[in-house]
Amino acid sequence: MAKRNELVKETALNNQVTELSRSEAPSELLRELVAHLRQNRTQLREEWVVRITETRLLTAMTKEEIFAEATSVYDSYVEALETETFEALQAYARNLSERIIPRGVETHEVVGIVLLLRDVLARSLFAKYQNDFKKLNRILDAYEPAANRIANTVAVGFVQERERVIRQQQEAIRELSTPVLQVRERLLILPIIGVIDPQRARQLTEQLLRGIRTNRAKVVVIDITGVAAMDVTVANHLVQTVEASRLLGATVIVTGLSPEIAQTLVTIGVDLGKMNTVGDLQGGIEQAERLLGYKVETLAEPR
Amino acid sequence: MEVPILKQGTVLIATFQAALSDADLNQLRMGLVQQVVKFRSRAVIVDVTAMDVMDSFASRTLREIAHMIRLRGAETVIVGIQPEVAFAMVQLGLTLEDVTTALDLEEGLAYLNEKFKNTH
Repeated sequence: MAKRNELVKETALNNQVTELSRSEAPSELLRELVAHLRQNRTQLREEWVVRITETRLLTAMTKEEIFAEATSVYDSYVEALETETFEALQAYARNLSERIIPRGVETHEVVGIVLLLRDVLARSLFAKYQNDFKKLNRILDAYEPAANRIANTVAVGFVQERERVIRQQQEAIRELSTPVLQVRERLLILPIIGVIDPQRARQLTEQLLRGIRTNRAKVVVIDITGVAAMDVTVANHLVQTVEASRLLGATVIVTGLSPEIAQTLVTIGVDLGKMNTVGDLQGGIEQAERLLGYKVETLAEPR
Repeated sequence: MEVPILKQGTVLIATFQAALSDADLNQLRMGLVQQVVKFRSRAVIVDVTAMDVMDSFASRTLREIAHMIRLRGAETVIVGIQPEVAFAMVQLGLTLEDVTTALDLEEGLAYLNEKFKNTH
């Protein structure tokens, strides 16, 4: 029974609080908050920069840069609070990310400084309203969700920019992908350089098989001198490529297996019985010429 | 749809027209195995250029055809496997290990001519 009474009391209290906050709309509170932040701009910004330096964030940037950046972040922050629109801030965050990502600024640093600003501002609010606890509560009610959204927006903007850069680089790598070259009638070479991931391996295979068909190739030399490492998936893919080429009537010669890759292939037990391997690209081409019935002769001594 | 079997000299040529049902494949297998001895052919070429999908049954049938033809004293060459089909087959483990393959009909005939050149 006593518990129930308590519950009733609590509900009444809650109702009171809701009524109170309803009497003063959040937007009004926000306006007051923004006015406060505008007024103390210089001091709060200063404090924020000190905190940033103290926590050793943005070490890739000079003090002046941090200060300049801090000023514009501060202003966008207050503006976002005031207008409750986040597009401008989003655009700014993207722009900022574009500038600082190439300088090696990490995600945690960007999130860190925004959270620091949030902290600095909240502290100043505590200081200002320390005598009026109820008001502080309502101010925080208005401030917290907006501040959270801002932090969210900035972090997401930064990560999105990062992902965009990564996508761009992936595309660049894909474009640099390997050409299938015809060096003699019915003889193709496929020099592979760099890291092969499953996606690239697939693309290489498709290109090669299509190349075999269009060039009517009988022999293909795959040179992997430029490949540093190979995992099980890719090694198996290579074997599959060899087999698929055979189904198209072409013989594959693999050249330039590095000692490390040879070791890997033996360790993981890839079935190399179906693979034709030669030490280097020259040897591979010579072997291919033999298979095709070519005979290379020197007509005169080189001068 | 029945697969026509053409006689070209000492070679029998079966050209797949489109995707075939399992029954068609069985019929083709019997037809080839019977005719290879009837016409005293030395080789069989199966042209699968028109197939843009190859399921495990078709793949197995091709292999069986090759093995049965060998037992009947002739050789089989599978020609015209599409690049995409080839890769799909390999991924499914349908590699036609001991069957001769060639790029297209022309290649297949060239291969057989080369092979039979010395035995005439």
